[in-house]
Amino acid sequence: MAERPVAERVRDFSEVDTGLSPQEAIEEAQRCLQCKKPSCVKGCPVEVNIPAFLACVAGGDFLGAARIIKQDNLLPAICGRVCPQEVQCEGACLLGAKDSPVRIGDLERFVADYERALAPRPPTRAEPTGRRVAVVGSGPAGLTAAAELARLGHTVVLFESLHEPGGVLVYGIPGFRLPKDIVRAEIDQIREMGVQILTNHLAGTSVSLPELLAFDAVFLGTGAGLPFFLGIPGENLNGVYSANEFLTRVNLMHADRFPEFDTPVRHAARVVVVGGGNVAMDAARVARRLGARVTLVYRRREEDFPARKAEVARAREEGVEFVTCANPVRILGDQCVTGVECERMEMCGADESGRPEPVAIPGSQFTIDADMVIEAIGQGPNPLLIGRLPGLAYGRRGNVLVDGEGRTAIPKVFAAGDVATGAATVILAMGGAKKAARAIDRMLRDRVGE
Amino acid sequence: MGYKVRMAGQLAERIYQVWIEAPHVARHALAGQFLVIRIDERGERIPLTISAVEGDLVRVIFMAVGKTTYQLATLRPGDEIRDVVGPLGKPSEMARYGHCVIVGGGAGIACCPIIARAAKAAGNRVTGIIGARSSAFLILEDEMREVCDELYVATDDGSRGFHGFAADVLKKVVTEKRPDRVWVIGPAIMMKVTSEVTRPAGIRTIVSLNPIMVDGTGMCGSCRVVVDGKTRFACVDGPEFDAHLVDFDTLMMRQRMYLEEEKVALEQFSSHTCACGGRKSHG
Ligand SMILES: Cc1cc2nc3c(=O)[nH]c(=O)nc-3n(C[C@H](O)[C@H](O)[C@H](O)COP(=O)(O)OP(=O)(O)OC[C@H]3O[C@@H](n4cnc5c(N)ncnc54)[C@H](O)[C@@H]3O)c2cc1C
Ligand SMILES: Cc1cc2nc3c(=O)[nH]c(=O)nc-3n(C[C@H](O)[C@H](O)[C@H](O)COP(=O)(O)OP(=O)(O)OC[C@H]3O[C@@H](n4cnc5c(N)ncnc54)[C@H](O)[C@@H]3O)c2cc1C
Ligand code: SF4
Ligand code: SF4
Ligand code: FES
Repeated sequence: MAERPVAERVRDFSEVDTGLSPQEAIEEAQRCLQCKKPSCVKGCPVEVNIPAFLACVAGGDFLGAARIIKQDNLLPAICGRVCPQEVQCEGACLLGAKDSPVRIGDLERFVADYERALAPRPPTRAEPTGRRVAVVGSGPAGLTAAAELARLGHTVVLFESLHEPGGVLVYGIPGFRLPKDIVRAEIDQIREMGVQILTNHLAGTSVSLPELLAFDAVFLGTGAGLPFFLGIPGENLNGVYSANEFLTRVNLMHADRFPEFDTPVRHAARVVVVGGGNVAMDAARVARRLGARVTLVYRRREEDFPARKAEVARAREEGVEFVTCANPVRILGDQCVTGVECERMEMCGADESGRPEPVAIPGSQFTIDADMVIEAIGQGPNPLLIGRLPGLAYGRRGNVLVDGEGRTAIPKVFAAGDVATGAATVILAMGGAKKAARAIDRMLRDRVGE
Repeated sequence: MGYKVRMAGQLAERIYQVWIEAPHVARHALAGQFLVIRIDERGERIPLTISAVEGDLVRVIFMAVGKTTYQLATLRPGDEIRDVVGPLGKPSEMARYGHCVIVGGGAGIACCPIIARAAKAAGNRVTGIIGARSSAFLILEDEMREVCDELYVATDDGSRGFHGFAADVLKKVVTEKRPDRVWVIGPAIMMKVTSEVTRPAGIRTIVSLNPIMVDGTGMCGSCRVVVDGKTRFACVDGPEFDAHLVDFDTLMMRQRMYLEEEKVALEQFSSHTCACGGRKSHG
C-alpha cells in the first residue's frame, strides 16, 4: 500500500495511506494459508471470519468479501484503518512467525472502500417489534448498537450532544488517518436503516431521565470524553490545551481553515505534546500540519509508547521530536505559555501493570521552549449523565460496571464502549455494543412473550 | 433541518434578543442554565444564557461583540440557526433564603429576570439592581420591575436612575437590609468588583462565569476556571459559583486568549456584509 511522501502530507489533512489496488489486494490475500484453526480470528475482538473473506478477495469477489466482514463488523472501512492490527488479527496470524503476517487491516479497508464506491445497500431489517430503544452517544459503540437493534426490528432513537454524529471518529481521530466522508457514509447507512439520529440532544437534560427511562431499553455509549490534566502549576495559562480541545477545534470545527470557519485555534511556533498514546501522536501530527515545531514529551521509554508503532513511526517521519523519560513539572509563562519545565525520569522496578515505573531523578530539571502545550494524558468517562442515573454501579475510574453482555446495575439500561471499559479502542467498543444489542433484543423479545 | 427564529429585535445599543424554537431546550430549561448555538455550517459554537422560556421558545439576549454575535443580530423571524444544544450547566441553586438581591450589569442583565422569577417562586423577597454604562445600554427594566419586589437602576453617567455603579447601590442595600443571598451577573470585571461588597458581610454571593467554551458538556476543558484554588469546568461544574472563591484574574486572562483571531473574524465579516449590502449595518 502506498504512503504519500512526507513533504506533501505534512501540509494537508488528506489521508496518508492511499490504499491497495485490486491487483495488490488479490495478491496479498492469496498469501493466506487458509488455516484450519485460524489464529487471526481469535485475535480479532469481534471474530471477523478472516480466512473466508480473504478467500473471496483472492478470487476477486470483493463484494462477497464485504458481505462476510459485515456479518461481524458493521464499520469495516473504519476498523481497517484504525484497529491496532499488529496486536490483534495480524499479530496472531500464523504467517507472522516466519514472514510478515497477511495485511488483514489493509485488505479489510480495501474491501469496504470498494463496496462503498458501488453504493452499498443497507442490510435488510426484521419485522418491526414495536419496541423502542434509546441509544445515547454516536461513537462506534452507539452506532453499532443502533444499527444492530434496528436490524433486529426495534425502533431506535439515537441521542448525540454534539452537532455531528460519530464521537471520537469525527472529533478526535484526524482526517489524515480516517477521512470524515467515510464516517459520514457509515452514518448515512445507519440512518437509512431507520435509526432516528437526534444531534444537539444531551441525554440527561435535553432528554430528561424520566423521558430516557420511558424507552423499553436504554443503551449508554457515552464514551470517555472527560480530559485529564496533569495538575501542575501554570496549567491554566493561555496556550495550554487538552488534546480533546485541540483536536475538536481542528477536526470538528475546522479551525485549521480559520477564518473561513469561525472557530480559532492558536497558531504556535513551538508545541509541546505531553503523552505517548494514539491521542498524543494525533495531536502532535495535527500540530505539525498547522506549521509548528513539535516536541513530544513522555514519562517512559520509547518502547513503552502505548501508541501504535506505525503511528509513532509516521509522527517521527513527519518531524515530531521525541523527548522520552521526561515528565513536565511546571508550565512557564506570564499570561501565555513560554516553556515547559521537565524532569528526567529513571525506569525502576515494575508497577501494577508490570511495566517499569518511572521515577524522577533529583536535580535533573530542564526547560523546553514552547508557546503551546497539549496534554494528552488520558480521558475518563464523562459523569454528566451516568453520574445522575440512580442505581448505576461504577468501577474505580468512574466507568460504568457491566456484565459480559453489557447489563448495568439498572434493569433495562445497558452500556458498552469506553464508558464501560475506560478509554480503549474502536473495535472493542463495537464488540461490546454488539453483545449488548443482542442482550437487549433477547430481553425485549422475552417481554413480548410475557 | 435547523432551529427557527420566531422573534428578533434590538433592545438597546448593541444588545439584541432572539427567540428560538427549540423544544428540547425549552421544555427542560431552568434558571441559571445556558445553551450553545452554532449559526451555520462554518459557525463557532458559542454559549448564551437562557433568559426566558415561553412554550417551545427560548430567548437569548446578547451584546454584539464579535463575529458570531454580530451575525446573530442579523437574523430575522423565519431564519434558521443550524444547531442549538441545551439546557447546559447546573441550574441556579435555589431555596427559600429570605431576601435575595439580583444584580445585573450590561448584557448580564439578560440572566436576571429568570433567576428573579425562580427566587420569587421559591418564596423569597427579591430586590433587583440593574446597571449599565448609560440609559442607551439598559435592558429589561420593565421586566425586572414586574418580577422584583423593588428595583434599583444605576447608570455610570447618570442618564437614568442612580448616578454610579450597581456596586454602589448594592453597598447601600447590604448595609440597610442585610440580604441573605446575592447574585451578581455581568462582565467579569464588574462581577469581581461588585462581589467584594458582600464579602465583609459574609453574604453568600453567586456569580455566573463566562469563559470561552467549545462543547459545553465537559469534554474539552476550554472553560477551566479556578474556584477555591481548584480547577473546575465552568460548563458542567457551573456556570454559577461562589463569588468569594473565584479567581477572576485567571478568568479575565483566559477570556483574552483569541483577541487577535477575533479581530480578524470580525473584520472579515464586516467587510463581507457591507460589500454585499448585508441585511444589517453595525457600528
Ligand atoms: C485522538 C484519539 C485517537 C484514537 N485513535 C484510535 C485508534 O487509532 N484506534 C482505535 O481503535 N481507537 C482509537 N481511539 C480510541 C477510540 O476512538 C475509542 O475507544 C472509541 O471511540 C470509543 O467509542 P465509544 O462509542 O465508546 O465512545 P466515543 O467515540 O467517545 O463516543 C461517545 C459519544 O457520546 C456522546 N455523548 C456523551 N455523553 C452524552 C450524553 N449525555 N448525551 C448525548 N451524547 C453524549 C459524545 O458526544 C460522543 O459523541 C482514539 C481516541 C482518541 C481520542
Ligand atoms: C455560560 C455563558 C453564558 C453566556 N451568556 C451570555 C449572554 O446571555 N449574553 C451575552 O451577550 N453573552 C453571553 N456570554 C458570552 C458570549 O458567549 C460571548 O460574547 C460570545 O461567545 C462572543 O462571540 P463572538 O464571536 O461574537 O465574539 P468574539 O469576537 O469571538 O469574542 C468576544 C469575546 O467573547 C468571548 N468569547 C469568544 N468566543 C467564545 C466562546 N466560544 N465561548 C465563550 N466566550 C467566548 C471572549 O472572551 C472574547 O474575547 C456567555 C458566555 C458563557 C460562557
Ligand atoms: S475488525 Fe480489526 S481486528 Fe478484526 S479483522 Fe478487522 S482489522 Fe482485524
Ligand atoms: S492466521 Fe494468517 S494465514 Fe492463517 S487464516 Fe488467518 S490470515 Fe490466513
Ligand atoms: S466547554 Fe468544553 S469542557 Fe466546558
